[in-house]
Amino acid sequence: MSINIIGAGLAGLSAAITLAENGIKSNLISSMQSERAQSVMAEGGINACLNTMGENDTVENHIEDTIRGGVNLADKEAVRGLCENAPSIVKYFYDLGVVFQTNQNGIVQRSFGGQKKKRTAFVKSSTGKMLMTALIDAVRRYEAEGLIKRYPHHVLQQLYIQGNKCQGAAVTDIYTAESVTFSGSVILACGGLNGMFSGLTTGTTQNTADAAAICLESGVELANLEFIQYHPTTIEIPGKRLLISEAARGEGGRLFVSKNGKPWYFMEEKYPELKNLMPRDVVSAEIVEVTSMPECDNQVYLDMTGIDKKVWQSRLSDLREQVLHYLALDPVKKPIPVSPGIHYFMGGIWVDREHRTSVKSLYAAGECACQYHGANRLGGNSLLGAVYGGKTAAATAIKENHKPESAPNLSGVQPYSEASPVFRDSVSQVLGSHLKILRNENDLDLALEELDLLKAKTANPAEIRLLNLAGATVKCALFRKESRGAHRRTDYPDTNPDCQKQTIVQHSNVFYREIG
Amino acid sequence: MSEPYKQIIEFDALPDDTVATLLNKINAEAGLKDTQGNPVGFVHWQCSCLQKKCGACAMRINGAPALACDTKLCTCKHGKLSLEPLKKFPTVRDLIVDRSLMMDNLISIHNWLEQSAHHSKKASDLCYDASRCLQCGCCLEVCPNFLPGGDFYGAAAFVPASRILSQLERSYPRDLSGFYKKNVYGGCGKSLSCHNICPAGIDVEQKLSNANAVAVWKRFFRK
Repeated sequence: MSINIIGAGLAGLSAAITLAENGIKSNLISSMQSERAQSVMAEGGINACLNTMGENDTVENHIEDTIRGGVNLADKEAVRGLCENAPSIVKYFYDLGVVFQTNQNGIVQRSFGGQKKKRTAFVKSSTGKMLMTALIDAVRRYEAEGLIKRYPHHVLQQLYIQGNKCQGAAVTDIYTAESVTFSGSVILACGGLNGMFSGLTTGTTQNTADAAAICLESGVELANLEFIQYHPTTIEIPGKRLLISEAARGEGGRLFVSKNGKPWYFMEEKYPELKNLMPRDVVSAEIVEVTSMPECDNQVYLDMTGIDKKVWQSRLSDLREQVLHYLALDPVKKPIPVSPGIHYFMGGIWVDREHRTSVKSLYAAGECACQYHGANRLGGNSLLGAVYGGKTAAATAIKENHKPESAPNLSGVQPYSEASPVFRDSVSQVLGSHLKILRNENDLDLALEELDLLKAKTANPAEIRLLNLAGATVKCALFRKESRGAHRRTDYPDTNPDCQKQTIVQHSNVFYREIG
Repeated sequence: MSEPYKQIIEFDALPDDTVATLLNKINAEAGLKDTQGNPVGFVHWQCSCLQKKCGACAMRINGAPALACDTKLCTCKHGKLSLEPLKKFPTVRDLIVDRSLMMDNLISIHNWLEQSAHHSKKASDLCYDASRCLQCGCCLEVCPNFLPGGDFYGAAAFVPASRILSQLERSYPRDLSGFYKKNVYGGCGKSLSCHNICPAGIDVEQKLSNANAVAVWKRFFRK
């Protein structure tokens, strides 16, 4: 029997290799080959308490920072598993050949947002690419042995769910338009919900959100969709937002705005302890606030001119090249204009600590799953969460060893359809206008009305699914009548302890569930 | 599969638009016709990251392989732009080609570590640079020695192989060395046409000489 993995980024590869190490076959299904996955774009690093920086870092510190950064909405026991396993995960990648920066004490760690100690292992600003290259090579060995079979131009078409159990999946070969069925357990590892915000995120066009939309249509529970991370330092480039890694501030970059004609380092003044390295939700909200003050300009700058030459050379050379290429500005010499952009989705497919979804024999891991990050993800925890989540989902699938009771067949499968780019842009316009860093009921109601208008214009099943997912996201944001982490309601500005729960959406029903 | 065909389109775009942006604009334009008055259908092409980190959008741009997300229209002479699929790979549709051959080749030369990586300070920069390979196929497109289905696998194989080879110890099993000699060393004519074409800017020549040093001359990296 094979287990079917949808998605070949870091979470999908981690699941596949865990299965292979246990002698279990998998079908690794993805729209493109692994080199095209969003994981290759992750920059700043991966968090783990290695305690190599003489700061007495502990796993408990990592757990505390993650829970606090997520504003008490992450499952502490799940986070414990994540943080306890982090050092061995970094060691695993070191053994696979990832050239983390090292010194005489071992792997060097840098400061990252929301963390009180240096805990982020890195390879310049290309950590995701380095982890992916190493893991792709490691997976290749099992491909040769026949334990991992790749389907590199296939996308999820339908999940077979009978009696609350997933029996398999139908996928479409986008090269031939032919459908294929796969029987057995399914692990979803298909990335974040970028497809609802076409052109407005730092991610890839391949994270279409289609799998989450299929889950919603199939009755699989989704959770915390309202928590959308706006990264504070992005720039607009053709067709998307470009991330300026948090490593820039981790290595000494400073944010300022011109106030009455003089630079105001607002983060340093307002947050004397963590300064520019407050969690991303806080920094982005502060940028919105200071740029709306009458005495301030409406543009924030990232000043990296004080960073030491050696640091530029050894740790940020790739970041400098990127800024030079896209902004035609040298960040060594001049501050660069930045603004918040959508970067990560804390919400997604609901999973428990073992990465089971609400449907038996269906698992989810990586950014498509809602786990570990609560109301706001810390930088450096996404690569970690993808690897640990993929491994855990695979381990659970092995343990549960579900056998399909019926073989999926193509007779009842809807023909494959996909949302047109123009339609995606329309959805993106609605959500981008109303589901911003600061939201309120009026805006969110307007979003629902505009989505309804779009619904009247299409009969394409993929577009209707996407609209339903967008609607569910807005409904989650309406349902949570408080401000917490990345969800900031101007009409409910305070955090409400009664809302320290997960928002669950199943079909069109939205409700709260206790965490864990 | 239908016969290859060309369409000529006149289209207003901005000098700072990339080829990727232009393709999106063309695909969003309803009722577009070519200069012969024939309708222009949806132009199929591949993209993912749109910031030259994934290699998906490689195609022939004005006759040379490049990434659509990394090529601005202002670099086109006389406002003319020609787009074609890469020629060394089977065309799937319009500008999409099937590049799975590169993945198959890396499996066939056993491009993986059998044991934990041997980390050497001297090889660290080399490993970093080699690990940046996008597997986009631009290097193979210009290589005079690479033929699809042939025995020579080109830079798309030797760049990743150089990473693995530089992390081997002398005592490690190394099937890769044998395959390397057969599928790289024996077939490379050293034209180095791959050197300046890499969209990631990898120092391809250095990777070749380092991989040769280990696989052929058994000069392993020490601490």
